[in-house]
Amino acid sequence: MNILVFMVPLALLLGLTGLFAFMWSLKNGQYDDTEGASHRILSDDDVKP
Amino acid sequence: MTETLDLSLYVQRADDGAARMDLAIEGITCAACLDDIERGLARVSGVKQARLNLTTHRLAVSWDDNRLKAADIVAALKSIGYGAYPFEQRRVEAEEEARTTWLLKCLGVAAFASMNIMLLSVSVWSGDVSGITQETRDFFHWCSALIALPAAAYAGQPFFQSAMSALRARRLNMDVPISLGVVLALGMSVFETLHHAEHAYFDSAVMLLLFLLAGRYLDQAMRRKTRAAAGNLAALKGDVATRLGVDETGAETLTIVPVGALQSGDRVLVRPGERVPADAVVMSGASHVDESLITGETDRRPVESGANLYAGSVNFDGALTLEVTAAASGSLIDEVGRLLEKAGEARTRYMRLADRVARLYAPVVHVTALLTCIGWLLAGAGLHDALITAIAVLIITCPCALALAVPAVQVVASGALFRAGVYLNSAEAIEKLAEVDCAVFDKTGTLTLPEPRVANAAEIEPDLLALAGRLALSSHHPLAMAVAREAGRQGPLPQTTEKAGQGVEALVDGDWARLGGAAFCGCEAPQDEIGAASALWFSWRGRAVRLLVRQTLRADARAVIDDLRAKGLRILILSGDRPAAVAPVAQTLGVADWRGGLKPQEKIDAIETLKAEGRRVLMIGDGLNDAPALAAAHCSLSPITAVDMAQSQADAVFLGEKLAPVTQAVEIARKAQALMRQNLGLAVIYNVIAVPLAIAGYVTPLIAAAAMSGSSVLVTLNALRLRAHAINTPVENDGGEAKSRLALAERTSA
Repeated sequence: MNILVFMVPLALLLGLTGLFAFMWSLKNGQYDDTEGASHRILSDDDVKP
Repeated sequence: MTETLDLSLYVQRADDGAARMDLAIEGITCAACLDDIERGLARVSGVKQARLNLTTHRLAVSWDDNRLKAADIVAALKSIGYGAYPFEQRRVEAEEEARTTWLLKCLGVAAFASMNIMLLSVSVWSGDVSGITQETRDFFHWCSALIALPAAAYAGQPFFQSAMSALRARRLNMDVPISLGVVLALGMSVFETLHHAEHAYFDSAVMLLLFLLAGRYLDQAMRRKTRAAAGNLAALKGDVATRLGVDETGAETLTIVPVGALQSGDRVLVRPGERVPADAVVMSGASHVDESLITGETDRRPVESGANLYAGSVNFDGALTLEVTAAASGSLIDEVGRLLEKAGEARTRYMRLADRVARLYAPVVHVTALLTCIGWLLAGAGLHDALITAIAVLIITCPCALALAVPAVQVVASGALFRAGVYLNSAEAIEKLAEVDCAVFDKTGTLTLPEPRVANAAEIEPDLLALAGRLALSSHHPLAMAVAREAGRQGPLPQTTEKAGQGVEALVDGDWARLGGAAFCGCEAPQDEIGAASALWFSWRGRAVRLLVRQTLRADARAVIDDLRAKGLRILILSGDRPAAVAPVAQTLGVADWRGGLKPQEKIDAIETLKAEGRRVLMIGDGLNDAPALAAAHCSLSPITAVDMAQSQADAVFLGEKLAPVTQAVEIARKAQALMRQNLGLAVIYNVIAVPLAIAGYVTPLIAAAAMSGSSVLVTLNALRLRAHAINTPVENDGGEAKSRLALAERTSA
């Protein structure tokens, strides 16, 4: 059962990484225009030929 | 004298020296518009960046202001087919946005915590069956505590703050039992973990927060969407004024400025057909003004220098030079201000359904928990066991379903109202709307259209009427503007000439088309009675028609009145207009209860009388004179064309030229109310089943978790049933007026 001492904190760390990613994306304005983002992905203006 | 459009009021300076501005955009119909607008602007030299937000229909643009002016950007957007007007975020909207972000952060934390704690809890539950050592269970419980305590402290803030402020005001709301439940559940779990006990409720506490936060976030997001749409409409009205000034050489200049930029002492020019932009005194000129938006009176008032004018009046026939006055003054506005203050004091605090339930619910639950504790003590249980059982009662009754019952319906209902063209101003509007049993209408601008129309349009050949409309587009005479609405989607005729005091003419297919007075069109005016209408003539190729322009009823007014009556509402008309003008309207609509010539105070008195009879009054009005009555009524609605003072008193505003949103609003609100009650009923049934189990001491964390999520899902699904009823009525674009103003601004800036 000693493996738990290692695995449980690791699971928590992974969860925290997810939480921080969410907070970062929120701060970064990723949710400001959810409607527009779904269409912008189809535009290839940023691809250099 | 040239006129320039000055939008510098809205231009901000970015760090790199570029100018930037936010614009509300009108005419976005699909995703392709995104590319259209961004690429269209990128081609304009000097524009640095343009980014459109497709959710809020707003454009953020930055440019080099040595090469471009703000007005050029509006003109560029106009040329690719989109109306735009600078937009200034209102304070309320900024607050809503901050709160939405905050709730989303709390929701994120709660989601993280409940997922991880559930991982540990499920292990413990399965371990209880398959055999788990006490050390491992304690370790899992400590890990849960490590996550749950800080997460609840953060994500619980919306509830703790609200509960604290309610308690400080010596009231009870739903957040009080919620906060108490969460704190007790966490405290007991920590205590139990310290004593190596089998059950801990960390998962219940955090999951409760997660469900409730999800409900609140959705509610908030819906409200924010409504605010953004309402903000756009306000911006797109694009109210501008022509300011008179003097340049360095001493020559007179005319600058078109946003109304917000006007200061007291500014001189403004108001041409025939234009709206008075701010409260002002006439300096020179003489004219008649249409004050129907202010007093409800449809007769025009003659004014000359020295007269006081209210913002929102329409100048009818002569150009006026006005001086803007600091604060609105005049007998009417003073009276309205005084009445509003009184109505505000008298307006008793409306107790929402959820709060009424909380007031009953909280004491019952807490007494039950106390009795459970005493009961177990009397039955010979130890203090520890008795306390644990009592707290389990509190946890199981923790009003997850109860607290979701109302917001879940609220979200679906405000979405349905939004699609029907009704924008809510206040959170309790839905509940208040559902209770009304009497509707009081104002006449001018509410039952009738806010602008005059061609009353005999149906009797005129369509092609001739359309041609008259296209010709009228070139004129700014108020009567011609009414005819111009008949042009439909067609553009103005080329090369028209306007002869002052006579009319407009243009060569169409080799023949002169003329719109104006009878003599100008070569017709003889018959000497018949046309009532309150004004006559205008149109002739082309020997065909001549008389166009009668007057205030007309909204197309579906009769149908809406009948429908409201069928819903059991008593209908009244209270108008500020002359009784002689109200009578025919009341007769057409089949309303027997009507009064005309009412002052604001008399409207309030009439509403108070109805209230005294035990009626719950829905007031629908748009004028400055209606504002106190809107505040005094149980619930109130305003058309979007109403004066600001009336709109700010109304519980909701509705869009479009039809009155149908009024019945739809009542219908949706009633269905929502019924669903809210059903949901509360479901929550009570859940408690009736779960509480005896808790009192008997059979509730384990597993049962608590299952009961909580099951009941929450049940009430949410029930609320979604409202979607099936939701009426999908396309809302008419209400930008007609905005377009004409923008056209004016564009013409002068070109």
